[in-house]
Amino acid sequence: MRFTGWAANYIDERTSASTAVKSLGRKIFPDHWSFMLGEVALYSFVVILLSGTFLTFFFDPSMTEVEYEGSYVPLQGIPMSVAYHSSLDISFEIRGGLLMRQVHHWAALLFVAAIGLHMLRVFFTGAFRKPRELNWVIGFLLFVLAMALGFTGYSLPDDLLSGNGLRIIDGMIKAVPLAGGWISYLLFGDEFPGLDIIPRLYVLHILLLPAILVALIGAHMVLLIVNKHTQFAGPGRTNDNVVGAPVMPVFAAKAGGFFFIVFGVIVLIASLFTINPIWNYGPYDPSPVSAGTQPDWYIGFADGALRLIPPHLESVIFGYTWSWNVLIPLVGLLVFLAAAALYPFLEAWVTGDKREHHIAERPRNNPTRTAIGAAGVTFYAGLWAAASSDLIATHFRLSIEGVIHALQFVTVVGPFIAYFVTKRVCLALMRKDREIALHGFESGRIVRLPGGEYIEVHEQLDDYERWKLVSYEEYQPLMVRPDARGRISASQRVRAGLSRWFFEDRISPVTQRELESQRH
Amino acid sequence: MAHDHDGAASGETAETAVEKHASSASPGVAVERADRIPNPGFPPERLRVTDVDPAKERAAERTVSGLFLLSVVGSVLAVVAYFAFPIVEGDPSTIRLNNLFLGLGITLGLLGIGIGAVHWSKALMHGHELVEERHPTRGSDDTRAKAIEIFQAGNAESGFTRRSLVRNTLIGALVATPIPAIAIFRDLAPAEDPIALLKHTMWEEGVRLTRDPSGTPIKASEVTIGSAFHVIPDGLVDLESHKLEEKAKAAVLLMRLPVERLNEREDRKDWSYDGIVAYSKICTHVGCPVALYEQQTHHLLCPCHQSEFDVANHAEVIFGPAARPLPQLPITVDEEGYLVAKSDFTEPVGPSFWERAL
Repeated sequence: MRFTGWAANYIDERTSASTAVKSLGRKIFPDHWSFMLGEVALYSFVVILLSGTFLTFFFDPSMTEVEYEGSYVPLQGIPMSVAYHSSLDISFEIRGGLLMRQVHHWAALLFVAAIGLHMLRVFFTGAFRKPRELNWVIGFLLFVLAMALGFTGYSLPDDLLSGNGLRIIDGMIKAVPLAGGWISYLLFGDEFPGLDIIPRLYVLHILLLPAILVALIGAHMVLLIVNKHTQFAGPGRTNDNVVGAPVMPVFAAKAGGFFFIVFGVIVLIASLFTINPIWNYGPYDPSPVSAGTQPDWYIGFADGALRLIPPHLESVIFGYTWSWNVLIPLVGLLVFLAAAALYPFLEAWVTGDKREHHIAERPRNNPTRTAIGAAGVTFYAGLWAAASSDLIATHFRLSIEGVIHALQFVTVVGPFIAYFVTKRVCLALMRKDREIALHGFESGRIVRLPGGEYIEVHEQLDDYERWKLVSYEEYQPLMVRPDARGRISASQRVRAGLSRWFFEDRISPVTQRELESQRH
Repeated sequence: MAHDHDGAASGETAETAVEKHASSASPGVAVERADRIPNPGFPPERLRVTDVDPAKERAAERTVSGLFLLSVVGSVLAVVAYFAFPIVEGDPSTIRLNNLFLGLGITLGLLGIGIGAVHWSKALMHGHELVEERHPTRGSDDTRAKAIEIFQAGNAESGFTRRSLVRNTLIGALVATPIPAIAIFRDLAPAEDPIALLKHTMWEEGVRLTRDPSGTPIKASEVTIGSAFHVIPDGLVDLESHKLEEKAKAAVLLMRLPVERLNEREDRKDWSYDGIVAYSKICTHVGCPVALYEQQTHHLLCPCHQSEFDVANHAEVIFGPAARPLPQLPITVDEEGYLVAKSDFTEPVGPSFWERAL
């Protein structure tokens, strides 16, 4: 104890650490299962850093051709790049090497998945609203960076599968108007595949992209602390307080313990299930390819977009080639991603709401946003499923053409159906909530009245339960009003139109007066 | 600072704070009702079983330390597994065992700590929720005024707006400095025009068609009806450098169809030999190898994005995202009966690029 005191004093006199402990040590974190998703992302990133560092000690990214002399018999004597050779050595010659490779790969898959789910949680609960719009954008950049890190890492072993992935990237780059051929040439350092791409991707994968990612995670965390976490509506919880567990000790123990659980589960998966068996694919060679090729899951939506484009879309204008079959998916995906990144600003403009929002909304209570999200998820899911179109066709004994046409339908028409259905479901759920808040719930107790009539007794909610059902924000469509010079600007009209689209269908929360009149 | 909440009291203060807050910023189109149902404040605390029963508390304590001990056991087991399951050369099953037991040991080491810590926090640590006040994110008016003052002082002392010549030349200089960075990246690739390279392959008149990967030449008589050969140009396997780059352009698929099934255009009648046709194997979509041949329908399928090409009709696109047919390699036989190319491809192979049609 005396030593602890001495050490604390020593550090504080040199760092002023007590100030940080005072302001952060009892910081409150609200509790909800969905708040774990971001934690999973953060912790799996730590696992990626640890396992990735181990791998760098053994991996050699050179593309020089060598003959395989390792212990895996089927590949002995086959020419391959040093990068592929060293990936095989990590798997077959180093104790724990395969485990670390698998930990790294599984953790990467989990990392992107957790980020995706975390983003969906933030989106559907409106946790991106003021003051968190910028943190949403940072989070979005983290998502894009995570995919870039995943793809560069996936390419490093220089096996047949990842080489075909690079070949597809090369083909997409070449389609870029004006400079495509040149960009590909400079990127690969030669004609495809060249001898430079793996070392270059390696530098991106272990230095540049992680450095940016770590910096952005830092910014993400700082803003999380500044803004404090959102919480769901509940009795006693308001827009001006945070209710939950303090960092010291409960949250620290829970979150720290949860890090070890995430780490442990990843190691468990890695010790039980093979991922990316590069020795089955062989070294990269531009001629062979295996049937049923698939990218890692998070690249699926991009690969699927390439698959869904109908045939013959290319035109030559004044001698220059426009590859619409590549450009349309490419631009479509960029628009989709940009829409996701910018959505908070659109919604803020439509509502004109300048207040801070710290209460996470229940998805049903903002039907239009939830419906837009459902449409986006459906679009993404259609593209994503298309990346497995051939496997769907072979597994379910369908024709590949039929599968593609069905998924084209899902991707183009599906979002509209999802939008409509989701919006109606949300409104119906709100109506149900209103009903329960006003009249209580069915108790299951049937009573026979003296006149012979049967009724089911309704029981009222207590105040705490009711509060969760009535404490949501309500918005109404914007009324267009002329400005000081008596004019109505075009942007006002657009805003009014959007606002009508958002808030025309709405269910008002139960008010005190309604509740009282119900009781009498 | 956080403080323990005490039922209705803090609920009321919070309620008034909402109104204070709401009045400071525009709510936009939000509806603000006067007769909202009031926040009922915090519900009564619910005690855990470990709060009321000392026996349960002691049991939880034992569980937590048991889990931590289990973690130590796991870590020890992992080290034991590292040595007890060495990788034996030539025996792949030893890799699996090493992976499995090393992994399970580490898993135990990690999950023991993780589950133990979470259980400790849930069952034994102080279980009441605490409340912390939020404050508006923006700095106080006072702070903001100070910040503006600092900017103004900086501006006045440096003359940033006043000395517009200095400022504008600085901006110009800052814009210009990254330009060398663009220039020095030119040497990412050698000083050749890539576009010219994209338009030629190793194929030329008289080059024999050879098997991939052995490089042995193919006699026309060996190509039976329905068979398909993966083909590379003669000499590719002996290249000292650029082997994969050349292969990535020159890979060809060779098939023999019954002559009556081939619908050949007039100008390409002599590009095939006795029903034997050769097409670029590199997909015109984004460059995957079009490796799947369906000999009954004479269709080629790209396994990456499922473009389908009809070999009987000059490899026209019949399905999928590809826009153009696979380029055909004109072939014939030499005096020894081996298949040879009559020329290079007559158009660039592989995915489209901007200057392709020029």
